[in-house]
Amino acid sequence: MASITIDGKVFEVDEKNNLLQECLSHAMDLPYFCWHPSMGSVGSCRQCAVVEYANEEDQKGRLVMACMTEPREGARYSIAAAAKFRAQAIESIMINHPHDCPVCEEGGECHLQDMTVMSGHTYRRYDGKKKTHNNQYLGPFINHEMNRCITCYRCVRYYKDYAGGTDFGPQASHDNTYFGRWQEGPLESEFSGNLVEVCPTGVFTDKPFSKHYSRKWDLQSSPSICTGCSVGCNTNPGERYGTLRRIVNRFNDEVNGYFLCDKGRFGAEYVNSPERIPVSMTRDSHNSDPVQIEPALAKDALKKAAKGAVAIGSPRASMEANYALRELVGEENFYAGISANELGMLNKIIDIYQNKPVNVASVKDIEGSDAVLILGEDLTNTAARLALGVRQSAKNLGRQMGADLNFPIWHDAAIRQLAMDKLSPLYILSPHTTRLDDIAHTSHISSAENSAKIGMAIAHAIDASAPAVEGLNKEEQALALEIAETLKSAKQALIISGTSSLEPALLDAASNIATALHSGNSKANLALVCSESNSMGLALMMQGSGKSIDEAMSAGAKTAIVLENDLYRRAASAKVDAFINSLDQLVVLDHLKNRTGEQANLVLAAATFAESSGTFVNYEGRAQHYYSTFKPDSNIRSSALWLSDKHFNEITADCAAAIANCAAILELTPGENYNFAGLKVPRQHHRYSGRTSMRANINVHEPKQEQDEDGVMVYSMEGVPAIKDAAVLNSPWVPGWNSNQSIFKFQEFAGGPLKQGSKGQRLIANNSTEKTWYEAGTSDFSAEGYKVFPVYHLFGSEELSAYTPAIQEKATSAYVSLSPEDAEKLGLKASDGVQVEHNGAVPFVVRKAIQPGTVGVSVGLKGLNFQDMSAAIALDKAAEWKNPDLWRAANIIVSDKREERVD
Amino acid sequence: MNNIIASTALKARQLTDEEIHEIEHEKTHYPYAQAVGLEALKIVQKYQGWVSDESLLAVSEYLDIPPDDLEGVATFFNMIFRRPVGKNVILLCDSVACWMLGCDDLKAHITSVLGIEYGETTEDNLFTLIPVPCLGDCDRAPSMMVGRELYRNLTNEKIDQIIADYKAKA
Ligand code: SF4
Ligand code: SF4
Ligand code: FES
Ligand code: FES
Repeated sequence: MASITIDGKVFEVDEKNNLLQECLSHAMDLPYFCWHPSMGSVGSCRQCAVVEYANEEDQKGRLVMACMTEPREGARYSIAAAAKFRAQAIESIMINHPHDCPVCEEGGECHLQDMTVMSGHTYRRYDGKKKTHNNQYLGPFINHEMNRCITCYRCVRYYKDYAGGTDFGPQASHDNTYFGRWQEGPLESEFSGNLVEVCPTGVFTDKPFSKHYSRKWDLQSSPSICTGCSVGCNTNPGERYGTLRRIVNRFNDEVNGYFLCDKGRFGAEYVNSPERIPVSMTRDSHNSDPVQIEPALAKDALKKAAKGAVAIGSPRASMEANYALRELVGEENFYAGISANELGMLNKIIDIYQNKPVNVASVKDIEGSDAVLILGEDLTNTAARLALGVRQSAKNLGRQMGADLNFPIWHDAAIRQLAMDKLSPLYILSPHTTRLDDIAHTSHISSAENSAKIGMAIAHAIDASAPAVEGLNKEEQALALEIAETLKSAKQALIISGTSSLEPALLDAASNIATALHSGNSKANLALVCSESNSMGLALMMQGSGKSIDEAMSAGAKTAIVLENDLYRRAASAKVDAFINSLDQLVVLDHLKNRTGEQANLVLAAATFAESSGTFVNYEGRAQHYYSTFKPDSNIRSSALWLSDKHFNEITADCAAAIANCAAILELTPGENYNFAGLKVPRQHHRYSGRTSMRANINVHEPKQEQDEDGVMVYSMEGVPAIKDAAVLNSPWVPGWNSNQSIFKFQEFAGGPLKQGSKGQRLIANNSTEKTWYEAGTSDFSAEGYKVFPVYHLFGSEELSAYTPAIQEKATSAYVSLSPEDAEKLGLKASDGVQVEHNGAVPFVVRKAIQPGTVGVSVGLKGLNFQDMSAAIALDKAAEWKNPDLWRAANIIVSDKREERVD
Repeated sequence: MNNIIASTALKARQLTDEEIHEIEHEKTHYPYAQAVGLEALKIVQKYQGWVSDESLLAVSEYLDIPPDDLEGVATFFNMIFRRPVGKNVILLCDSVACWMLGCDDLKAHITSVLGIEYGETTEDNLFTLIPVPCLGDCDRAPSMMVGRELYRNLTNEKIDQIIADYKAKA
């Protein structure tokens, strides 16, 4: 710590941070543009200028950029003395900036507006011509309005340096400086949406949001959780007039930090889909037309059906909904709505997290690791935010090189120059290339089973008491030794694997490696990714039992209740058909129409995450609460409340009490008695407009404010917003800081964790220091045909987001991936299709780095059901082939390496 | 792979042997391919007169640098031409000394003789006119360059002569 004086006041500051960060941390309002807590300083915008004095006598001082200044012990600075310079700097920035605010979508949450006002440049003197630019088409997610650019370079530093994008950059110089792609076209990075929040002005704005735009202060919002995958990024959805308008990032120091993936940001509009189930419906037989049924009657019918029914839970429904279903039918009749293999893998993950000497890695832990091994998980497509985290871990070598030379850690440009192409080691074992290849030391192409073997060999090489394996070739033995050495010599090694490969042996291997690395007090980081937003919660609910969907379907019940689950995504079509045909009654609770719901006798219209509250447990076993953003139509209810007569909070409490490890889910909200001077937390901004008029076309009487499930927030602007240190931090705002940058006022220090936590609760405790091993498997795969491995798509594979128009534009129809050798063997030309045994024909792509004899089959995309694949399949050239309308090869971006591109 | 998957994307031009030879030579001077980007663009421009999209892509593929990075370099430097130029590029200085000594009149003269404004090329493809800041030749202002030749103490008459010479050479 150092003690410095700013404008006559003494402050204790951390000299490892730059002066700007320390000023912000001490609640001073010092303007800035180019600095970002996650990206460090480059000193390009000249907005954070302060005056530094040489000594006590110095009256004049000299201008320095606070973001580029290391606070010196005893030094004297002035923010006030540089006010004029900052006003001039912003005036010159504003010369080319259009007078756009009223028509600009950034308006009202614009960092540039805030800084301009803060700097005192309130009157424009320049009346000359402004430089104008052409805008580009950048795909379905992002609008481009280059005239608003203030050349702070944040976009480039984010897109290229932080997120590893290659198809975007700065062009030209001085007045002509331009930020865009070299040619128009969709941005390729899976994290492009963060540009919307990173750009301090309105150059990049949210395109789907544009189509039904509303000012920030007119959006009703709440703290929420992304439903896109098992990472559980924290989000802030915004609603107006009963529809979900957009998603923005909600800061969580340990999970998503400042950034979401594009599925998270743009994939939630399924809430407004025309495919929504708007009302509950019933019908007598499979063939008759469904008729609408009143909510009260629907609930009665559901209760009646519950007797003797099997109940099928869901990895995408909340803890509360799953628990309420379990309560309704009794524990013995409740089944996890996932395959036996997946449930077994999830149970294994819980076992590993609980009983092996490992540290379960959050995204923050991932970013802090300095040697990484990924076993069979295509992170960019299965848990995107982790891929972005791994990208940061690769930079740790450079940071270390900087630290060795006493470079300040925030000095971004210097550290990048120093590091050049030196990266912390990353090894990937996968059946195909991935989007992390560009930063990987080695990407080794191998089947999941074989990767598991290599993994076992790595563990054995680190700790000889771990079981050895046989049957690896020389090259792979050498690779295993190399990886073992690398992980052993790392300060903080990280192993990543997960369930997407469908190969349990990979989890065994990951666990053995992490266990082998344990010595003394140090534990290796381990992250095991699951498939959906509450996969881990569902597995916790099952408490080790193996009651999978397969068992549910063979239980012989005459009635089934299916919670938020399309069974055809869980088991082979023929089996599900047979099961449904064997039932007298099928009851479905869901938001969207799907193949299972279409066959139901009773459908209950279930609320989405945006219209209900609940708890999800992410891949780490971190429980997080989401608050409903808006009240749904009276025909729609949250599944938990359809399934139970209890108050929502009671369901949470019962679940916490009944289910092992889940006690802490009760601590996620401040509880229904929470208030501040009798007032709750408002979902609406105090500037929210139109409250009395927005319903006037229906009725001039304002309806009574309705109670929400949690009893913590209200659907109103009345109440006390979470200022500074509240446990329920909604969309951040403080006077003078209307943009998302205001978040620093709620952090312990600028860029640090939020005051009063709200990071969620880790449910799975682990104090294990004992080394125990999984045995190496013996299964040697042999079957006729091409061996199948799953291929995932960030856009399209996940069930709910696939209903969103912008996501559909980035998705494609189902396809298979083949090696060039096999494509030739099958005699395929570009215009051909591939006949998949028993499954119709699909388009194909050729990927260099696929082992001949194996075939990648897309998961979840329209046109092929992965569940209908056997482990090995026969392939043929399709007769009479025409590519389907939804086929978009250009959307398949498989690797950053040029030779791997599909084009 | 490319012959199996059909593509409508822009295709790179095949670099010539001379271009490749010179680029390879430059590569020996730098530890990173990135650093060779600018030199490679200059080499391409030397042989092709300008850097077309197809040429940019060719360099990008040859050096394995994303085209976006290369475009940043190509557009940062004014003397890398991303649009076709005439056989002879006239670089007329419009900076302080030359401006004081009447470069605006010279520009008007060139425009009236050749019929081109700044940034334009004559129909016979012989001349392109571009303004440049100070050529470092202020003591003999006004100045201009044509191709790699410097011309100083310019007058309308001198310019007529220079243009005539270049036309004769064509
Ligand atoms: S586009 Fe936005 S982020 Fe990029 S330089 Fe311009 S103002 Fe900064
Ligand atoms: S990484 Fe997963 S949880 Fe995070 S925003 Fe993307 S889809 Fe949502
Ligand atoms: S924030 Fe310091 S110069 Fe931009
Ligand atoms: S101003 Fe023209 S050469 Fe210097």
